[in-house]
Order: sequence, then structure tokens, then C-alpha cells
Amino acid sequence: MNKKKRKRYPAVFIFLTLSSLLMIFPFVWMFLSSFKTSADVYSYPPQWIPSSFQLGNFLEVFKKIPFLRFYANSIVIAIVQTFLQILISAMGAFALTKLEFPGRKKMFTFMQSSMYVPEVVTMIPLFLLASWAGLVDTYAGLILGGLICAFTTILLMSFFEIIPNDLLDAAKIDGCGYYRIFLQVVIPNSRTAIGTASLFAFLTHWRSYMWPLIITNNVKLRTLPIGLKYLVQETSSEYQVLMAASLMAIIPVLLVYMLMEKEFVQSITLTGLKS
Amino acid sequence: MDSGRSMPRMKNNLQAREQRRAAAVMMTPLLLTLFFLFLLPVAFVVMMSFTNWSLTTPTRAFVGLKNFLFVLKDERFWKALGNTVFYTAIKLVADTGLALFIATLLDRKLHLRRFFRIAHFAPVVVPITASSLIWLWFYDPGIGPLNQILVSLGLPAMQWLYSEKTALLSVILFSVWKGLGYNVILFLAGLQSIPESYLEAARIDGASENQVFFKIKLPLLAPVTSFVIMMGVINCLKVFTEVDVMTPNHGPLESTLLLVSYIYDQSFTRGKMGRGAATALLLFLLIFGFTLLQRAFGRKNVSYD
Repeated sequence: MNKKKRKRYPAVFIFLTLSSLLMIFPFVWMFLSSFKTSADVYSYPPQWIPSSFQLGNFLEVFKKIPFLRFYANSIVIAIVQTFLQILISAMGAFALTKLEFPGRKKMFTFMQSSMYVPEVVTMIPLFLLASWAGLVDTYAGLILGGLICAFTTILLMSFFEIIPNDLLDAAKIDGCGYYRIFLQVVIPNSRTAIGTASLFAFLTHWRSYMWPLIITNNVKLRTLPIGLKYLVQETSSEYQVLMAASLMAIIPVLLVYMLMEKEFVQSITLTGLKS
Repeated sequence: MDSGRSMPRMKNNLQAREQRRAAAVMMTPLLLTLFFLFLLPVAFVVMMSFTNWSLTTPTRAFVGLKNFLFVLKDERFWKALGNTVFYTAIKLVADTGLALFIATLLDRKLHLRRFFRIAHFAPVVVPITASSLIWLWFYDPGIGPLNQILVSLGLPAMQWLYSEKTALLSVILFSVWKGLGYNVILFLAGLQSIPESYLEAARIDGASENQVFFKIKLPLLAPVTSFVIMMGVINCLKVFTEVDVMTPNHGPLESTLLLVSYIYDQSFTRGKMGRGAATALLLFLLIFGFTLLQRAFGRKNVSYD
């Protein structure tokens, strides 16, 4: 039996090696090409390895667009959004799972129903509301309009439910109020859950496209995804420059991913299969 | 001893009131975001769909069902719907089939398994706008590596994103590459939750590996499969980013115009927000229908006990 199994492995192994190489080929191509000169790009037959590893393309990106600014915008906005979203959701999830109050079930259903409505339906009126509130082309507009709390709340609720009530009761007897129970018992006991939810939220916001596209006109407020969209239109076919920009946008995410692969996979299976 | 149940009644009342107050404080931010980001916009978008609301001029008169009639008679809407259905069908078949196949291969002890998993999932985590830049070059008819490979093999070069026939397919190919890993992970998790004892029992009874896959693994995977397919449909109906980055003007002869691009185009490019709102509501009905379908399927949970 074992022998038979081992015999089957080489084919599987070779197939997976090939398909893996196919999957990462675009990244390898991007990495190598970001150092190429314009002559390398236009040479035929294609030149795979750049003739010299020069950094001119990266400097060119900074010359063409305020790349660092876009980068900083993306980081700041995604971090603030993640923090707000986790805070709002964790408080809500705590109340919905551990506190008794009238209307609890109705509020939960109300929240759940918001998940059925896709972004494209709410974005038109949301844009108008934001413009009346003077939030177009502001960080506040970018940040607040992009919050997605229902999903995070439901995810956190599934973790908070597991925390034994005895633990909370013990804290109550020790004289803790509900806020202290939340901050000192619930939060520390669900560090993994909050980590997973934060990772997922951060990724969503880091890649977010439609809302930042709608709510900003000012170049200074563009996030990385929007900045890259306009870079394409401005550089026509200087692909080596595009590759340098793409590389800089991708590297941090890929690094975090490779370091935290387990958590990524967990966040996918949890968020995917729980909902 | 156990909590406050044995405490005097007055204290109980006090606790209940304290609890309600805490709940109100904790729920307020959540309810506020739901009000401003969900309830108000939804009410607003319904209202707008019955008006000739304009982005550029202050007209906003009630027009009844005119927007819906306009959209349903608009050739571009049907084109967008057709393109979206095409996109969904092709992407779903390719994505689900390939992902299931690769997950089945990954579901065993292998050298380099971690590398295989990372490689397949890597395109999922990077921002679409960044990775689509690479594919814009791949697809370049003149200096793109895809055509260079085709030509060196003696095959005719293709126009990829620049031909009406292949533009949408090119976007789909990119999209499959980008999204495959997500489904692989879901299928893999499903496969790994099948108890080894089931598979052993079947093998001892003389079942071949093919039989084990089709008679045991596949039926037990049914909930994951139905989830992957339904979520796939819903996500395809909402696709926007990749078509907008790869073909900013809806491609040659608008061959990559999808439903969301149509809504965006009506509302923000042409400023006809009433029409955009009406189309958004139609899209919502479509998505909601599939969500209900998914719920109905999802209920049939498979138990492993």
C-alpha cells in the first residue's frame, strides 16, 4: 500500500512544481524587469536577465508620481481603518454576545442584513452624503466611508461566544465593571481572534479600490492602488518603470504574507467557511 | 455563589440597569456606522432610482419608473449583463475545477508542500492594481512575453486586451491566476477535515484512489463546493477593479463593460445618478437571489460523525 502511494507521488510532485512556478512566474518577471533598461525591454528575443542591475526605474517612479506619499496614505488609512473597525466591532460583539439588553436580536439581524448589500449599491448615495458633509477629498471621508464593521463583528462574535461566562462572572464578583471586563478579560483572552480579524481587515483596506477612487480627486490623497492606476495612464509602455512601482507595492505584502502564512490561511478558512 | 443570581432583588435590578447602560455605550458606534454606511444609503439609493438625479446639475425630479425602463431598454446594459454572465461562467468553471484539482494534489504529505501552498496563494494577497500591471505587459501585442513565446513557437500573435474577441478572456485569465489560491485554501481545509478513518476504511475494502475521491471525498466536500460556487457567482457579479485597471475605457467596442462598470459609468462619468441607482438596485436583486440560493444549499450541512 505504502509502496503504491509513493509511486504516485512523482507525478503529483512534478505537476505541483510546474503549476507553482507558473503562479510565481509573474512575480519573478516583475522582479527581474524592474532593473531592466528600456533597451532590454524592447530587445528581441526577450531578454530575461537585465543587462545590469540599475536602480534608475525606481528613481523614475518617484519622479513621475508622489509614490511615497501614496504609500504613506495607504498605510495610514489602512491602519486607522483597521483600528477603528476592530474597536467598533469588538465592542459591538461583546455587547451582542455577553450582555443582556432589549432589542439585542433585532440589532443583530439588522447588522446581518447589511452584509447582503454590496458596495456598489451604497457607493452612489454614500458619495453624495460625503460631499454634503464636506468629506470629499479628506482623510476622514476616505477612512470613515470605507469601514466594514458587520463582517468583523460577526467574526469576533464567534470567538467571544467561546469565552466561558464563568470567567466574566468571576471578574464581576471581584468588582469589575463591564468596561473593565471588556478591556481586561475579553480582549486579552481573544488576542488570536483579534489578530486574525485585524489581518483580514487590513488586507481588505490595503487593496480597497472603488471607494478611494470615488471619494478623491486630489492627487495628494490618492492611495497606492489608485496611484498605480493613474501611473499606467501616464507612463504608456515604459513597462520597466511600472514593474519597479509594482515591485515596491507588492514586496511588503508578500513579506508579511510569507512570515504569517499560517495566520493568512486561518483567516481565509475562518472567514470563508464560517459565514 | 454563582454570579448574582442569589443576590437580593434590588441589586439584581441595579445590575440589569448597569448592564443595559454598558450595552448602549458599546453598541452605539456600531449602530452609528450601520446607520450612515448602510441604512441611510440604501434608503437613499431606492429614492434616487425614482428621480432624474444628476451629479453635475441640481435636477432631482421624481420620474417614476423611467430609469428602470431606460436601463432595461439600453443596449449597453444588456451588453454589460451579457459580458458579466460570460465572465462569471468562464471564471467559475476554470476556477472551481482547477482549485479542486490542485487542493486534492496538495492534500497529502509532500516535500515542499509549504512552498506549493505559498506559491498558489501569493497572487491572492497582493493588490490587484499592482499585479495587473505585470499582466498588462504580458498582454502587450508588441513587446509582451506571451506573444514572443507564441511567435517563437511558430504560432500567430494575438491582440489580447486589444481585440474585441479576446479582451474579456484576457481579463478572466488574469483573474483566475489572481483568485485561484483562495479556493485552493478553502477546498484544502475541507479535504483536511474529512476524517482519515473514512478513507482508510474504504481503502481496506479495496476502493481505488479514484473511487475514494469520487465516492467519499467529493460528496463530503459538497458544502465547501456549494459555498465556493455561490460566493464565486456573487463575487463575479461585483467585479470591477481588474477590468477598470486593465481596460480603463471598457476595452475594444466595450467588450469588457461589466455591470459594475456600467453603474460607475452612468453615475460618475455621465453623471446620471438616477440611472446608476436604478441599475445598482437591479444588480442587488440579482446578487440577493444568489445569496438566498446559497443559504438554501448551505443549510444542507454534512456531518462527519
